[in-house]
Amino acid sequence: MENKPKLKLAVYWGAACGGCCVSVLDVHEALFDVIAAADLVFWPIALDFKYKDVEAMPDKHIDITLFNGAVRNSENENMARLLRQKSNILIAYGSCAHMGGIPGLANMYDKASLFRRVYIESESTVNENGTLPQPRYEVPEGVLTIPEFYNDVRTLDQVVPVDYYLPGCPPQTERLVEVFMAVVKGEALPPPGSVVGAREKTLCEECDRKKSDNKVIKKIYRPWEIYDDGETCFLEQGVICLGPATRGGCGARCIKGNSPCRGCYGPPSESIDPGAKMMSALATMIDAKEPEEVEKILEDLADPSGTFYRCSIPASLLRRKMIT
Amino acid sequence: MEFQPKIIAFLCNWCSYTGADLAGTSRIKYAPNIRVIRVMCSGRVDPTFVLKSFTEGADGVLICGCHPGDCHYHEGNYKCLRRYHLLVKYIEQMGIRPERLRLEWVSASEGKIFAEIVNEMVQTVKALGPSEVKTVVETLT
Amino acid sequence: MSRQITIDPITRLEGHGKIEIFLTEEGDVDNVYFQVPELRGFEKFCEGRPVEELPMIVTKICGVCPGCHHMASGKAVDAVFGLTPTPTARKIRELFYMAHFVHSHIAHFYALAAPDFVVGPTADPAERNVLGVIAKVGTEIGTEVLKQRRIAQEIQALLGGHQTHVVLNTPGGVKKGLTPEQRDDIVLKAKGFIDFSKFSIKIFEDVVLANRDYVDLILHGPYSLKIYSMGLVDENLKVNFYDGKVRVVDTDGKQHCLYGPTEYRDYVEERVEPWSYLKFPYLKKVGWKGFVEGNDSGVYQATPLSRLNAAEGMATPLAQAEYEKMYNILGGRPVHNTLAMHWARLIELLYSAEHCLELAEDPDITGKELRAPIQGIKGEGVGIVEAQRGTLTHHYWTDERGIVTKANIIVGTTNNNAAICMSLKKAAQGLITKGTKVTEGTLNMIEMAFRAYDPCFSCATHSLPGNMPMILNIRDKEGNLLDSVRRD
Ligand code: SF4
Ligand code: SF4
Ligand code: SF4
Ligand code: FES
Repeated sequence: MENKPKLKLAVYWGAACGGCCVSVLDVHEALFDVIAAADLVFWPIALDFKYKDVEAMPDKHIDITLFNGAVRNSENENMARLLRQKSNILIAYGSCAHMGGIPGLANMYDKASLFRRVYIESESTVNENGTLPQPRYEVPEGVLTIPEFYNDVRTLDQVVPVDYYLPGCPPQTERLVEVFMAVVKGEALPPPGSVVGAREKTLCEECDRKKSDNKVIKKIYRPWEIYDDGETCFLEQGVICLGPATRGGCGARCIKGNSPCRGCYGPPSESIDPGAKMMSALATMIDAKEPEEVEKILEDLADPSGTFYRCSIPASLLRRKMIT
Repeated sequence: MEFQPKIIAFLCNWCSYTGADLAGTSRIKYAPNIRVIRVMCSGRVDPTFVLKSFTEGADGVLICGCHPGDCHYHEGNYKCLRRYHLLVKYIEQMGIRPERLRLEWVSASEGKIFAEIVNEMVQTVKALGPSEVKTVVETLT
Repeated sequence: MSRQITIDPITRLEGHGKIEIFLTEEGDVDNVYFQVPELRGFEKFCEGRPVEELPMIVTKICGVCPGCHHMASGKAVDAVFGLTPTPTARKIRELFYMAHFVHSHIAHFYALAAPDFVVGPTADPAERNVLGVIAKVGTEIGTEVLKQRRIAQEIQALLGGHQTHVVLNTPGGVKKGLTPEQRDDIVLKAKGFIDFSKFSIKIFEDVVLANRDYVDLILHGPYSLKIYSMGLVDENLKVNFYDGKVRVVDTDGKQHCLYGPTEYRDYVEERVEPWSYLKFPYLKKVGWKGFVEGNDSGVYQATPLSRLNAAEGMATPLAQAEYEKMYNILGGRPVHNTLAMHWARLIELLYSAEHCLELAEDPDITGKELRAPIQGIKGEGVGIVEAQRGTLTHHYWTDERGIVTKANIIVGTTNNNAAICMSLKKAAQGLITKGTKVTEGTLNMIEMAFRAYDPCFSCATHSLPGNMPMILNIRDKEGNLLDSVRRD
């Protein structure tokens, strides 16, 4: 590489578990390639957290920001806006930023019920006065502030425009390195709005389990209701697996652990709703023609929203449960 | 003013759309609350069509297809039936009243039946009031 | 005019953290608050999910210790189904778990603790990181650290499927077994862990214990906290990470309680403060008396050190010898010096390695009975394990179909919430007094109190070449900036 200026890279976490940051660290030996090609200018898990420093940067100072985590509170939102302004390329990194992720399951409830459960009703909590965390609270010594908790979990692109999506919970580190190296080598980037670091094909195509073209489901089983043979496609054993509605790229890592896919890589590009494709696929496989039979089979489908949209409720068309 | 629901009706081209047409040409009166979208087959109604209807302000969604056995594409209406049951389960869990989504078989000759279905559905949805989705969309942070 | 110092970012396992230090007009430390600015609400949104999915959902509480949540959850699910895992399943789980501990403890010691000791607590921050450690102790060692950590990760991925968010557990068992070849390979790897653990303890002895200043820092620095100690023990009252009863001892080492998972609510209660999203657990029978030390205050800690304090020893021979040695040198059990956590962690590393080998050599480990047959759904279950960062409790209730109706979770670090606040306050009080110029070294010394509890934020910090820039702002009550110390 000639004396190109080093890339300025930032990593930030919103409502996240840390797994995405760990996946960046897990570049292992490739860390040295990354560092040779890029300066990390901002990374709260590792570097200075002060907003002021980011604020002081000129606009578009950062070449690439990997934003992981969903937008759950005012701090996440402010940082999303700030980083958008300061970054040339903003990447929604991981399922939480991409689709809301597991924290997005909170959209099945609202803020009031979340607070009630955690701070009041929890069986081990004693809180007679009904104390709840406050964004601003006066203690004898002064004022303490914490971010405001929102009612809804949002995806990154529901707050600011996003250039690319790098899916996965967390993304498979090799996919990150591929994307990163492509940028470093100056390869042409796909059009903004694209998903990068994942396959166009579905997970089923990279899954080693034995499968036929005509899957037929006569009964839906919970995973523990079958004795998985470790070889046959889960759907063909009657267990819901999101493979047909999920992009490949993870290496079928859950399946390799004998666990069905839960869709963390998100749906293939043509889908505007992450769970709809799975519902369509399942409707094709269910072997029944009478309404009663269909209903009977579906009785065993315990949690459609939490299954088809395990990592993506905020990114779904409905975005949340209607609580009026 | 009485609440006037907006209902999106996906009608299969071969049977139901013709049935609806018949209701019109036979001057059978039915409630004016439906907006018809013609599809080639009820099997063409992707779950996203239904969900998008709700997010864009529908108070109800009606899907009509050929009677079992009559689908021009053989299995389209069965596929639709299974999607419908899946969607009902899903929207109900998401806090949308399941009565807002309805699937009916209407043949080309059933203009009267089509009118009755529409009237009945409009009544049901009127009683339910505006869609939960509309109220919640405004509260989204 | 009082002054306020903000240390922000402090990041931690369930997200982000912040330290607020208030000074009196004279410039002494008035009070310190450790605030957790984030909540995601797993306890609520686990409701409505099929209970067997929870072990895969709750791993996303923490991407640094997903294996711990997976295990506590898996055990709670077993209980919901009224199942005891088969011997093979139990041992596979434990084997996975030992690899998880080896991985985490190695990362913590070398990337987090060692920079402060090997390079020095007030050394140039540009060198006070894992690379600085490697520069001091040699590159072969650095390579070895990375290698051992990678091997531990490989064992986890082999058993757990997904390398981060493991998918191993199923009600009453595991989803995947081990072949004899895989077992043989793990035996070799486990032997390597033992050698490496012994070697790590040696480094600790040579670098830390042989240095009077460091021993002095451990024993007399502003880093001691006399509170109750909690830890999981087996039937012989030896330290256990996967199973057993929770034992709590008071500041004199006397047993306060010994409880099984289902009894946790008789002994632990949590309180809510309006200035943090993280709750503050305390011992119910003693009660909450505020952020104070001693046997009359219900504040406790759940850390490597508290686990050793709460137990009568280690279940493996080499670790037991090290356990005895530590307490001999530090003047008997219990020990209340925060920095001794690093030593305790190394003894735990050795135990994990030894136990890893025991399990790998156990004939049951390649058994074919991977799960107990499902009999029905009992509807309630508690699972407790020791996470690297403290006792972890998951409690689920379900309907008759096994759909979760309620969930209650007390996360490892949450146990230490009050203790962290207090340790930070003591460290700040010891280090900042009127007239002291607050320097970068001061900051790091305050952070050391925090770092002893929590590897995840800091291990990442120190594992990167370069440093951890940080700013400490000193403000007046109106928020005007009076002074700013920066490290970059
Ligand atoms: S996408 Fe997954 S790994 Fe990444 S922060 Fe979210 S929960 Fe954690
Ligand atoms: S449905 Fe699941 S198990 Fe079957 S082929 Fe697809 S990914 Fe593999
Ligand atoms: S198998 Fe599915 S859920 Fe698991 S990592 Fe791959 S895409 Fe994600
Ligand atoms: S053509 Fe009418 S439903 Fe298929």
